[in-house]
Amino acid sequence: MNEQTVKNLKTVVLSNQEVSPGYFRMRILAPGYPGSAKPGHFVMLRVQRSLHPLLRRPFGIFQTGTLPPDCEGQPPKEYLEILYKVVGRGTNLLKDLHQGDRIEVLGPLGRGFSPLLEGREQILVGGGIGLVPLYMLARELVKTTKVRLYMGGRSREDILCVTEFERLGVETYVSTDDGSLGEQGFVTQALERRLDLGSEASLYACGPMPMLDAVQKICAQRCVPLQVSLEALMACGVGACLGCVVKGIGHSEETPRYLCSCKAGPVFDARELAWQKMDKENDYCEGCAS
Amino acid sequence: MSAKNNETSPNLGVEVAGLRLKNPVMPASGTFGYGAEYAPFFDLNRLGAIVTKGLSLKPKAGNPTPRIAETEGGMLNAIGLQNVGVDAFVAEKLPLLGSLSTPVIANFFGNSLEEYGEVAARLSDIPEIAACELNISCPNVKKGGIVFGTDPKAAAEVVSLVRSKLSKPLIVKLTPNVTDIALMARAVEEAGADALCCINTLTGMAIDIRSRKPRLANVTGGLSGPAIRPVAVRMVYQASSAVNIPVIGVGGIMTAEDVVEFLIAGATAVQVGTANFIDPCAMIEIIEGLESFCRAEGIDDIRELIGSLRI
Ligand SMILES: Cc1cc2nc3c(=O)[nH]c(=O)nc-3n(C[C@H](O)[C@H](O)[C@H](O)COP(=O)(O)OP(=O)(O)OC[C@H]3O[C@@H](n4cnc5c(N)ncnc54)[C@H](O)[C@@H]3O)c2cc1C
Ligand SMILES: Cc1cc2nc3c(=O)[nH]c(=O)nc-3n(C[C@H](O)[C@H](O)[C@H](O)COP(=O)(O)O)c2cc1C
Ligand code: FES
Repeated sequence: MNEQTVKNLKTVVLSNQEVSPGYFRMRILAPGYPGSAKPGHFVMLRVQRSLHPLLRRPFGIFQTGTLPPDCEGQPPKEYLEILYKVVGRGTNLLKDLHQGDRIEVLGPLGRGFSPLLEGREQILVGGGIGLVPLYMLARELVKTTKVRLYMGGRSREDILCVTEFERLGVETYVSTDDGSLGEQGFVTQALERRLDLGSEASLYACGPMPMLDAVQKICAQRCVPLQVSLEALMACGVGACLGCVVKGIGHSEETPRYLCSCKAGPVFDARELAWQKMDKENDYCEGCAS
Repeated sequence: MSAKNNETSPNLGVEVAGLRLKNPVMPASGTFGYGAEYAPFFDLNRLGAIVTKGLSLKPKAGNPTPRIAETEGGMLNAIGLQNVGVDAFVAEKLPLLGSLSTPVIANFFGNSLEEYGEVAARLSDIPEIAACELNISCPNVKKGGIVFGTDPKAAAEVVSLVRSKLSKPLIVKLTPNVTDIALMARAVEEAGADALCCINTLTGMAIDIRSRKPRLANVTGGLSGPAIRPVAVRMVYQASSAVNIPVIGVGGIMTAEDVVEFLIAGATAVQVGTANFIDPCAMIEIIEGLESFCRAEGIDDIRELIGSLRI
């Protein structure tokens, strides 16, 4: 497990823009993040100072970066970006924030991806907003290998930032349920075809639980290593409340085995998880929102 | 606004169950892990004491998910007392806690009278633990699941047994899910408690109206956070009026002003729970806020506030 330096930053919003209907991209001033945030890490945002909503909200880090200083002599501005879908109270408040508004960022949190390279084809699979943690990963992976992204969503509005992946040199394949962009159908169909060409691959996936479960089956059948980023309800984000657990391998009702998804995750090796036991309705997963 | 200037700082020290605390602020069990989780954010020695997640004899896996649900001004939890068990606690968690200068309070529970006794005996031998906090909000599995803490006789029985096995100060944490908290407080005092802690979470429930399912897999859960504070203040007031031992106040504390309210109601010290999730540095801000409050109000010693309610 990587022990990053976790901080609670009291900081400001740099920009906040709607990138597709219902999806926003927010840039937040975040000194230290370009150095400390790794692919798959997340932050807990305190959206407001009052009591509604009470708890922080978890968001994956889409990317980090550095801007030149506003004026000479000042240090460059380090930032992080999140990409989010407006689904409820917290995200509705978030979408109304403007440049200069205050925000609190707890992070970087969790265990991120641990890339498996060694001559393997690197394949990313994203469903809807589940694409968020894959961008930083792609940025890392393209330095040494070829990277392919299989991106799925309900409709063209749910396919975000694909051109940014392409700009990194990632080969992208898009599928939508309604066929409004890319191939019509599930992202898993295109993925299966690719894997059946036979080259050795490593997979990294994030998206709705049914998609992850399908990807997991495809990988298990072919002995392809897979890491998934899960989403759970969270209160603290630091391993203290134990509210965010998911079922680990070997879990049964008689001998429950829970893994803390904010500490041991949110990225897990697919083999660590009890897929058959996951309740597709109750176990929240990245992109349920999608 | 910390006490860096040359004015004499107000005394924030209090004494609870024979423990001298440098200030009255400590975390509430189950909201601060085993300390390590919050060590990145501040020096844990700044706290009045540290209270661990509830410990049981054997590790406990906890309840099915979803385990938490946010509500207006609060949250429901049904974690199911997931914990590593006493052995792993000693092996993995105690080294950090034992290296601190601030007192460590071990919260614990059992599923039967015997188990309560056994955990107490184990904890009694651990020198790094300064005091124990007994959680009696658990069902007695051998007696049809009646919660120890809701029946004065059962509560007294478990407290006497634990008292006889434990050679450390004993704090008993009461459940608010009772009709008469004063009755429970007296029963527990007579059975040998050195201090009380009021309150644990209030049993609550929330429903997803679209699926018509409970929002917690456990159906019901414990309500915590600012929503419960008036109930907690009332219970601290009633309990502290009924007994001669100190009362630790807990329930919905978010700010230094909230702490002052609890002290006035009769609490000698306080615990902060849900607020840690919202701001990992909440307790530090509260301690600094207490100092500013005392200074601004001309209070030299925070103990002046304890039980100072004017009726
Ligand atoms: C590690 C992690 C990373 C995440 N990364 C992102 C991200 O990059 N972008 C993004 O848009 N979202 C992300 N999420 C999900 C995001 O946290 C939730 O969408 C957000 O908390 C909803 O807050 P709200 O107040 O708007 O909704 P609420 O008012 O709390 O809920 C509105 C609706 O959304 C559902 N909901 C609430 N929380 C979740 C959840 N955790 N998962 C699924 N459904 C939920 C509720 O059941 C309800 O139906 C992530 C979650 C986790 C745990
Ligand atoms: C997630 C969570 C876990 C808890 N676990 C325990 C526990 O193990 N033992 C215990 O005595 N109380 C436990 N509590 C109760 C708290 O210690 C405290 O009494 C309660 O939350 C009220 O305080 P608050 O409103 O400041 O949170 C827990 C509370 C929460 C929210
Ligand atoms: S969110 Fe609290 S332990 Fe994971």
